[in-house]
Amino acid sequence: MMAAPGAGDLGGNQNSPPLVLLEGVTKSFPGVVANDRVTLDVRPGEVHALLGENGAGKTTLMNILYGLYRPDAGEIYVKGRKVVIRSPRDAIACGIGMVHQHFKLVYPHTVAENVALGLQGTPFFGPARVVERGLRELGERYNLPVDPKARVWQLSAGEQQRVEILKALYRGADVLILDEPTSVLTPQETGELFKVLARMKEEGHAVVFITHKLDEVMEAADRVTVMRRGKVIDTLPVAETDKASLARMMVGRDVVFRISKAECTPGKEALVLRDLRAVNDRGLPALRGISLTVCRGEIVGIAGVAGNGQRELVEVICGLRRAQGGEVVVLGRPLTNRSPRTVADAGVAHIPEERLRMGIVPGMTVEENLILKKHHRPPFSSGPLLRLAEVRRFAEQAIEEYEIITPSPKTPAKLLSGGNIQKLILARELSGEPGLVVAAHPTYGLDVGATELIRQLLLRQRDAGAGVLLVSEDLEEIVSLADRIAVMFRGEIMGIVEASAAELGEIGLMMAGTRSGMGDPR
Amino acid sequence: MGWEEWLISTIARALAYGTPLLWGTLGEVYAERSGVVNLGVEGMMAIGAFSAFAVAQSTGNPGLGILVAAVAGGGAALIHAFLTVTLRANQYVSGLALTMFGLGLSGLLGRGWEGVPLKHPLPAITVPYLADIPILGPMLFQNQSIITYLGLVLAVVLWVLLYRTRWGITLRSVGESPATADALGVNVYLVRYLAVILGGVLAGVAGGYLSVEYRPSWTEGMTGGMGWIVIALTIFVAWDPVQAIGGAVLFGALYHLSYRLQPWVAPELLKLMPYAAAIIVLAFVGLGGAQRRRGAPGALGVPYARGEK
Ligand SMILES: Nc1ncnc2c1ncn2[C@@H]1O[C@H](COP(=O)(O)OP(=O)(O)OP(=O)(O)O)[C@@H](O)[C@H]1O
Ligand SMILES: [Mg+2]
Repeated sequence: MMAAPGAGDLGGNQNSPPLVLLEGVTKSFPGVVANDRVTLDVRPGEVHALLGENGAGKTTLMNILYGLYRPDAGEIYVKGRKVVIRSPRDAIACGIGMVHQHFKLVYPHTVAENVALGLQGTPFFGPARVVERGLRELGERYNLPVDPKARVWQLSAGEQQRVEILKALYRGADVLILDEPTSVLTPQETGELFKVLARMKEEGHAVVFITHKLDEVMEAADRVTVMRRGKVIDTLPVAETDKASLARMMVGRDVVFRISKAECTPGKEALVLRDLRAVNDRGLPALRGISLTVCRGEIVGIAGVAGNGQRELVEVICGLRRAQGGEVVVLGRPLTNRSPRTVADAGVAHIPEERLRMGIVPGMTVEENLILKKHHRPPFSSGPLLRLAEVRRFAEQAIEEYEIITPSPKTPAKLLSGGNIQKLILARELSGEPGLVVAAHPTYGLDVGATELIRQLLLRQRDAGAGVLLVSEDLEEIVSLADRIAVMFRGEIMGIVEASAAELGEIGLMMAGTRSGMGDPR
Repeated sequence: MGWEEWLISTIARALAYGTPLLWGTLGEVYAERSGVVNLGVEGMMAIGAFSAFAVAQSTGNPGLGILVAAVAGGGAALIHAFLTVTLRANQYVSGLALTMFGLGLSGLLGRGWEGVPLKHPLPAITVPYLADIPILGPMLFQNQSIITYLGLVLAVVLWVLLYRTRWGITLRSVGESPATADALGVNVYLVRYLAVILGGVLAGVAGGYLSVEYRPSWTEGMTGGMGWIVIALTIFVAWDPVQAIGGAVLFGALYHLSYRLQPWVAPELLKLMPYAAAIIVLAFVGLGGAQRRRGAPGALGVPYARGEK
């Protein structure tokens, strides 16, 4: 028979023994110690934030707890009992659930089928139907509404995350691990998630919450553990700390949150879009007449909820998607529907949204990735041959200048942490003094240190006279970097505002589809 | 012969010729639903055909022959599973090798058995009552093989298993997103092994049907490229067991027509017909961009290893 979904009351308070205790956990990968004698306790009824730079070992630690990796050394205790977790199956049996950084969902299947997958105690025939009922109950109890019959690919990122949380709760998870849950969410969805977390706390669950955003730690967490280079630096109550000291613990130096930037002095037109139209992968209209100008020496931010045409816009500009109508003019040259190489050669740098899929060749080395767009030209090649010494010299210089942390220039790029992959891409794209930089979500998933560095690099490009088109879902980022902000909704620009005069409320309204009075694209 | 009789006999023969295609396709559908392409169908069918014939001839029991063919096909598939799932070898290379291996092995072992008719083939069955229905009776229920009937039932059973049960969710998920299944405690390797082996068992039966029922004898290469038609059919029927019935009967009809038209058309051209049709059909599937929409398993052809970066 089926157990009632969800966990019972665990009666959490500060004095009860930890729900989960990791002691002296160590894990090495070739060339790095990802976790070095890590000790961490998670108590019932708390939200425990896990903070640390890219590559600090947060995901590795949680993957060990969830049975995806085996630790080299160390012990795990669940509710005071020593356990050995060999696989996710063991972890689930211990009451541990995990929502991964990249969702683990079967996209063509329904929500109920996703929850029913691998679930013990469901009937052999028609398990999804039984799960549908349980899902409605759980959804009400935790305020996590989703349609159990919907197919997962049709859901928004926020809804997909709800499915992941429901999956864990349905299996009776006492401890829920959330790996960077807010990076895919809109501000509203983040607020809702925090309400769900509060509700889970009341029911006595514990939540481990990995994030790079210090504001979220201050808002949602009870205690916070900071990691650096595989080691735990400290665990302390959130009430006894502040953002600045957390950031210092994380990166080992002071971090500037407010970026100071010089006055914007727009020059000639770097990018002109006229009535641009295109369809998305499903053949539906994604761009419905976009007109926009980006001048040299200015940053234009594109704000909006993901899926409103931003991706298609970037792809059309970079020659990766056909425009069905309208015009793209880059640095005075008409470049509508030209090949990506033509566009790149015209002086366009592209920092793509999907780092691993479009930004690098994961299996190639760091130095090979660094020269990718220029490998066929001097000084990197003479005739048909590569000049390896030149390549190495350039790579070493870029690694130093952009602070790319890598065991060696010969390491496969896929083994770098997210932040370092992004620095690699910027190093390659910005090295040719581009006239236009198209950056999509450049700091997505990056730690505060890397975020700061990348924002500064973009500003430096602007000050050096490049036009920058910055697509981001992070409103705070757009407001602090951009000189003008255009808001996209359903493939149209709802309005353009000067960043200095921008009001978050007004932008928020436009993101939801209200047209502003000043829709004139300058 | 009136057109009515002509139609009836064409469909009846299409069903008979479509039977090995149906069994093979059902097996390949299941293997591919788990994410493993097995291009070894032709080889597994050849092994099945030979072992069924050898056992049926020496024991006088065609049923036992089919059973042994199933086991032999499953055994051959086990090699593919070991190479592609455990050792994570390239699925296409391994499958091609399996086809060569199966064709070669059956040819070698079958030397002494060549060209002798089978003494006791599987008897054809006429279903009582149903056979008396006008038109449908002679079309479907007269003088067909028990394996044809079993194949039809199996298609429905496999469809229900795939779409309506816990196993089905597990199998489809493993083929779509093995990492997701793994994270929920599903043994991805076990599921893939079982699906690939089932594919081999069904391909073995398909081969056995050819040598103890359809053309009760053994000749080297008697599978005649049917295994490749199966690969194309799997895509054509959108990895759906029930649609496999329609696909198998359609191609069965093409095979049958290529005999019927022999007095008028050059035999070389006729032999080409099913393959030409396969190419045309696949081109249409591809042209419509339909393949993506019709849901090829997301992880098809990709080996799985936990925690690989
Ligand atoms: N499967 C693997 N193979 C080799 N190295 C790995 C593997 N997984 C992680 N690493 C390395 O281990 C270190 C820790 O990585 P981990 O993913 O745990 O960091 P993280 O703290 O989650 O970072 P981020 O904030 O970028 O997600 C990194 O140096 C990473 O490159
Ligand atoms: Mg991580």
